[in-house]
Amino acid sequence: MKKTILSAAIGAAALGLASAASAATLDDVKAKGVVTCGVSAGIPGFSNPDDKGEWTGIDVDYCRGIAAAVFGDPTKAKFVALSSKDRFPALQSGEVDVLTRNTTWTISRDTSLGFNFRTVNYYDGQGFIVKKSLNVKSALELSGAAVCVQTGTTTELNLADYFKSNNLQYNPVVFEKEADATTAYDSGRCDVYTTDQSGLYAIRLKMKNPDENMVLPEVISKEPLGPAVRQGDDKWFDIVSWVHYAMVNAEELGITSKNVDELKTSGGPDVKRMLGSEEGSKIGTDLGLTNDWAYNIVKLVGNYGEVFDRTVGPNTPLKIERGLNALWTKGGLQYAPPIR
Amino acid sequence: MAGMALNSETSDTKKRASSLINDPKVRGIFYQVLTLALLVLFVWTVTQNTIHNLQKANIASGFGFLQGRAGFDIGQSLIAYTSDSTYGRALLVGILNTLQVAVLGIITASIIGFIVGIARLSQNWLIAKLAQVYVEFFRNIPPLLVILFWYKGVIAVLPQARESLNLPFQSYLNNRGLFVPKPIFGDGAWAIAVAFLIGIVATVFVARWAKKRQMLTGKPFHTVWTGLALIIGLPILTFLALGAPITFDFPVAGRFNLTGGSVLGPEFISLYLALSFYTASFIAEIVRSGIKAVPKGQTEAANALGLRSNAITRLIVLPQALRIIIPPLTSQYLNLTKNSSLAVACGFADIYAIGGTMLNQTGQAVEIVALFLVVYLSISITTAIFMNWFNAKMALVER
Amino acid sequence: MATTSSTFVRQDMLAQQPAPLGVSGPSHWFRTKLFATPKDTVLTILALALLVYVIPGMINWLFIDAVWTGSDRTACATVIQGGILPDGQSGACWAFVEAKFQQFMFGRYPADERWRPILVAVLFVILLIPMLIPKAPHKGWNALALFIILPFISFFLLIGGFGLPHVETQLWGGLMVTLILSFFGITVSLPLGIILALGRRSQMPVIKTLCVVFIEIIRGIPLVTVLFMASVMLPLFLPDGWTFDKLLRALIGVSIFASAYMAEVIRGGLQAIPKGQFEGADSLGLTYWQKTRLIILPQAIKLVIPSIVNTFIGLFKDTSLVSIIGMFDLLGIVTLNQSDANWSTPVTPVTGYIFAGFIFWLFCFGMSRYSAFMERHLDTSHRH
Repeated sequence: MKKTILSAAIGAAALGLASAASAATLDDVKAKGVVTCGVSAGIPGFSNPDDKGEWTGIDVDYCRGIAAAVFGDPTKAKFVALSSKDRFPALQSGEVDVLTRNTTWTISRDTSLGFNFRTVNYYDGQGFIVKKSLNVKSALELSGAAVCVQTGTTTELNLADYFKSNNLQYNPVVFEKEADATTAYDSGRCDVYTTDQSGLYAIRLKMKNPDENMVLPEVISKEPLGPAVRQGDDKWFDIVSWVHYAMVNAEELGITSKNVDELKTSGGPDVKRMLGSEEGSKIGTDLGLTNDWAYNIVKLVGNYGEVFDRTVGPNTPLKIERGLNALWTKGGLQYAPPIR
Repeated sequence: MAGMALNSETSDTKKRASSLINDPKVRGIFYQVLTLALLVLFVWTVTQNTIHNLQKANIASGFGFLQGRAGFDIGQSLIAYTSDSTYGRALLVGILNTLQVAVLGIITASIIGFIVGIARLSQNWLIAKLAQVYVEFFRNIPPLLVILFWYKGVIAVLPQARESLNLPFQSYLNNRGLFVPKPIFGDGAWAIAVAFLIGIVATVFVARWAKKRQMLTGKPFHTVWTGLALIIGLPILTFLALGAPITFDFPVAGRFNLTGGSVLGPEFISLYLALSFYTASFIAEIVRSGIKAVPKGQTEAANALGLRSNAITRLIVLPQALRIIIPPLTSQYLNLTKNSSLAVACGFADIYAIGGTMLNQTGQAVEIVALFLVVYLSISITTAIFMNWFNAKMALVER
Repeated sequence: MATTSSTFVRQDMLAQQPAPLGVSGPSHWFRTKLFATPKDTVLTILALALLVYVIPGMINWLFIDAVWTGSDRTACATVIQGGILPDGQSGACWAFVEAKFQQFMFGRYPADERWRPILVAVLFVILLIPMLIPKAPHKGWNALALFIILPFISFFLLIGGFGLPHVETQLWGGLMVTLILSFFGITVSLPLGIILALGRRSQMPVIKTLCVVFIEIIRGIPLVTVLFMASVMLPLFLPDGWTFDKLLRALIGVSIFASAYMAEVIRGGLQAIPKGQFEGADSLGLTYWQKTRLIILPQAIKLVIPSIVNTFIGLFKDTSLVSIIGMFDLLGIVTLNQSDANWSTPVTPVTGYIFAGFIFWLFCFGMSRYSAFMERHLDTSHRH
C-alpha cells in the first residue's frame, strides 16, 4: 500500500491531474472555474453525448444551469460519466460537486449515504417494456418471465418487491451497465426490461425495431429524480436547489430565454425581483452568487418548460408528455417556493 | 552479509563516530525504523482520511449491515435465496457461485489442457499443429474478450425459446441457456447414493489389494475395469432393485420460456466455457514443457525394460512430469479462480457482482472491499495449501 | 599386418545411393507423420474431417459472405431483420468496423486533433525498434528517450498545453488507451517489481515482511478488485476533496497489479544467481547497491527476460479489464459501439469481437515471438 501513495504522489506531481478541494464547495468550484457534475453515461434525454461528443439532456442542462448561476457561463460545466455503482462514491469523495444523474431520492440515500436531496427535476415511475409479440397486456401476466434489470438501482429493489407482493415468479438477469441490460433485452435474453418510464422511452429508441416493443401501463413505484449533494454544505445545497426553483418560477412567470432581456426592464415586480433588476436586492448575493444569477440561468439555459421540451418533450424523439412534470398550476407536481 | 560482520568487528577496535554511520547493522536498523515510521504515518493518514471522509459522508461503518434484508433477487443460486434473505446470505450465494464456476472450470480446463498438451507432442503432424494453433490462439487474447465473445457473439444469437434446438435426452438449447431434465429423487433414492459410496470405498480396497499382490507375485490386476464396474454397476443395480425411484422433470414449453428441468443460464455457460478454454491453453503449455523436461534416457530405459508405450507414459513419464507441472499448474488454477471475477461483464452473480450490488444498496465500500480481500485471499491460500500438499506427496523422495 | 589383396574386399567406395523411397520423400513423411499407426490414422482422418467441416464455413463467413461496405445496419442485416441481404445469408459485417475504425483507434478524441496520438505512436515506434534489436547501439540513451522523455512529451501532446487545445482524458479511448495503459504499466512495473523483489530478499525483517505482504495480497486478488479499489476506494483514502483523473486511477491500479507479478519473476532470476557471485562481489568490497547494480541485477534480469515479456503480455491483455470500471479501451469501445442502433444486427457483436481479438492477438503474438527470439539469442551467448 505504501507504493500506492508513492506512485499516486509521483503520478499526481508528474501529470498534474490531481486537484485539492476545500470543505466549501462553492469556493472550490469558483477556484477551479468549473462545476463538475456526475451524469449517467448514456440515457437519451437525460444525459447522452451526441455524435460530436457534446452532452445533451435534462440532467446536463441542470448542471449547465448551475454553471450559468455561478459563472454566468453554461459552458463551465464538466461532466463525469458515472455508472450506477460509481456514482455514490464519486460524490462522497468529492470527485463531483453535484450528482445530476437521474438519481432517485430515497430516505436511505438522504440519510445513511450522507447526501442531501431537495428538488426533483423529473418525477418518474418504474415501468416495464415487453415485446409486442408476447401478447402481454399487463405486468400481472409476467409470471415466469425473465426480467433484465440494471444492478444497484432502486429499480432492482422495486422489481423484487412488486413481484413478491403480487406472488409472481420471475428470473432476474442483472447487469452492471444500462447498455448491457438493454442489449440483452433486445437480443432476446429477457422477456421484459424494467427501469424508470422515461428510461423505457429512451431505450426503446435505441432498439433494432422500436415498434415491436411496448411499454406496459403499470407504474410500480415513485421515482423522484433529482440532484444530490454532500451533507454539511448548506450554501452549496441552497444554490443547487434554487437553480431548479428559478427555472420553475421562470416558467410560472412566463419568462423564457427569448423574452428575458425585455422582461428584465419591463416586467412586474416579482419578475424584476427574480431577475435581479430590483433596486437594492440582495437575493443573489445572499445566495453567494451575483444578483443576475437567475437571469443568467433563464437567458443561457432556459426555463424548466424550455429545457423539458428541448430534451425529452413531445417534439423530441422521446415524445414524453409533461404529465406529473407539468407546473402545479397545470395539474402537475412542479412547484417552486417563491423568490422573495 | 560476510562483509557486514567484518565491518562490525573492526568498528569495535576503532570507535569513531563515522563508523557508526557506516556500520551496515546500524544502518539496516535505521532504514527499517524509517520505513516503519513512514508506513505507520501512511496508514495513520489513510485511516484518518477514510474516517474523516466517512464521517463527513455520514456513513456508518461495521459489518452490521450483513444482517439486513437484501431486498434484491439473484438469478443463479445454489442455495435457497429470496429477496427476504440477508445481505450475508446474498454474499454466501456469491461465494458459492464463484466456487462453482471455478471448480467446474478447473476440472474442464485440466482435461482440455492435458489433452492439448500431450497432443502438441504427438508424432502426428496434423494433431500437433492443431494443438499448437489452439494454444497460440487462446493464449494471446484477453479472457474478457473470450467471455464476451461467447455471451454476446454466440449464445445471444442462438434461436429464441420457441425455436429451441433439440438435443438428445430431451434437452434444449436456446438463447436463454441449456435446459436439461432434472432428476427427482423418490423414496429410497438415498440408497443409490450409498451404493455409489460403497462402490468408491470398495474400489479403493481393491486397488490396495491389487497393488500388494502385484508387489508380491508380479501378477497385474485390472483395477480400472473392476473399479468402474463397482462405482457404476452398484448404483445401477440398486436403482433397478428399488424399482427406479428416480424420475425426471423434463423441460416443456411455457408461456415465456421452457419451464421445468434444470437450466444452465447463458451467463454461466459463457463464463465457464471461456475460463476453461482460456486456461486450458496455458495448462497445455505447462504439460508440454513438463513432459519435455523428463530426460529422454528415462523413456529409453523403460523401452529397454520392455514396457509398452502406454505403460511408459503412465508409469515413467507422467509421474516425473507431474513434479514439474504441479507448481505452475497451481498458479493457473488460482488465475482461473481470480478470472472468474470477470463474471461481472456477462451478468453472472459471482461474489464480485453481488458485492457490487450490495455496495450500491448500502454504500459500505470499505467493508465490502475488505470482504472481497478476505474471500479471494482465503480461496487462494486454501488452493495453495492443497496443491503444496499434493506437490509434497508427488515430490521426489530422496533416499 | 593384413594385406588388402583379397579379391573379395572392395577396393573403392560405391557411389552414394538415394535413400529408398520408403524412408524419404513425401510418402515417408505422410507415413510417419500422419499414418504411423492405426490410431494415428484414425486421429488424422478425424482432424481432417474437422478441418473440412470448419474451415470452408469460416472462410465463407469471414470473407466471401461478409459485407465490406455500407453506411448503416441495413447493409449487414437480412430482409427479415430489416436489411438488404437475402434471408439466410450470414457473414461478418466489416462495414461496421470500417465505419467505426477511427473510434476503435482513438475513442472520442476530437477528429481535428487526432494527429497528436498518431505522432506519439510514430515517435514510439521510432524509439522502440532500435530498443528491440539487440545489436543496436546506445541502449542507455535509447531507454532514457523511450521510458522517460517520450512519456513526458506524449503527455503534453495528448492532453494539450503549450498552445495545443486541451483534450480531456474522458475523450480518450480505443486502442490508444489500451496502449497507453500497457506502456505505462510496463514502464512503472519493471522498476517497482525490481525494488519489491530486492525487498523480498532483503535481510531486514521489516522491509522483507512488508514486501512479502504486499506481493502476496496483490497476487491473491483479481485485477478487477484492484481496479475497483483504485477507482472507488482511492478517493476515500485521500485527504478531503483530493481527486484523481479516472485514467490515472486505472494506470495506478494496473501498475500496482503488474509490479507484484513482476517482482516474483525478478525474484526467480535473483534466486538463480549462484552464491559465489554475491560472495565475489562482497569480497571486492562493493557496497550493497554497487553489488546489486553491477553484478546481480544484470545477470538476474538477463535470465528472466522471457518471463518478463510474458508478464508484459499478461499486462497487455489485462488492460482490457478497465472496460469494467467504465473506461473505453479497445474492448470497451467495441462493446459500446455494438449497442449503436444504427449498426445493431445479429452479426455486429461477433464481428466487433473478432476485430478486437485480432488486434489483441497481433500484439500478444508479436511479443511472444519476440520473447522466443530473445530466449534463443541469450541462450547462444551463454554457450561456450
